Amino acid sequence: MIEWLIGTFLVIGVFFNLLASIGILRFPDVYTRIHAATKCTTFGTIFIVLATVTYSIYNYYWVAKNPAWVTIGIHSALVVIFLVLTNPVGAHALGRAARKSGIRPYGAVIDELEGRL
Amino acid sequence: MGFAAPFLWSLIVYLLLTAGSGNVIAWSPGELVAGIVIAAIIGYATKDVMDEKLGYFFNPKRWLLFIVYAIGPFFFAMAKANLDVAYRVITGKIRPGIVKISPDLTRDESRTLLANSITLTPGTFTLEIDDEGNFYVHWINVPPGKERPTPEELCGYLPKWARRIAE
Repeated sequence: MIEWLIGTFLVIGVFFNLLASIGILRFPDVYTRIHAATKCTTFGTIFIVLATVTYSIYNYYWVAKNPAWVTIGIHSALVVIFLVLTNPVGAHALGRAARKSGIRPYGAVIDELEGRL
Repeated sequence: MGFAAPFLWSLIVYLLLTAGSGNVIAWSPGELVAGIVIAAIIGYATKDVMDEKLGYFFNPKRWLLFIVYAIGPFFFAMAKANLDVAYRVITGKIRPGIVKISPDLTRDESRTLLANSITLTPGTFTLEIDDEGNFYVHWINVPPGKERPTPEELCGYLPKWARRIAE
């Protein structure tokens, strides 16, 4: 039963990470690629970590009362918090640097940043 | 006062990372001392950057709202964003553009929260915030006629939540 739950989380997580890779290959320029790289990897990794946390909680309560499982759970949860905090910041920095070095967005219908950076 | 908030933050994170290392509640005495020393160094180094009052940062109402926001509306928007990106990856239908919105947020914290939320939610990611608090957002699919959107048209309920949590 618990294997099915963990397996579902892992499948969802790996699927979205795969999607991010395909997006990086398929999208035309740096900005649209950043879209794929930030959103999908964050979401996918949340599910992979959710699988880890589920596994450690299950092991702590039903297999062996070993505090090492709690440590693994807490560390995995911290991974999610820092990923959600830092991934968008990295995306802002990359996008802003790209725009500042003069890369124009592909097929843009409007560009409010023209001449501002 | 700029010292206390980063000190407490670093200490909490350090204690979470080293939980289960010994017998003083859950930590070994060495880890506790190391945590306090490292947190003090970080607090001292960032005391001019984090010019903040404790009552603002450790207000339980903000934290409660933040957790509700992270689990409910934010996670829902993120799931929607991923399905949206999936759709665009498969079909290749994009109409990109960099648009400007003025959400009228005054604090750095609320701007950070909104910028990060925008980046992780449907079809948008923040490139730049200028001094007046205008956001420059790369929108992957600008609907025709919406080249100058209001914040609500661009990102729905997110600015309302950012104001509620961090203003």
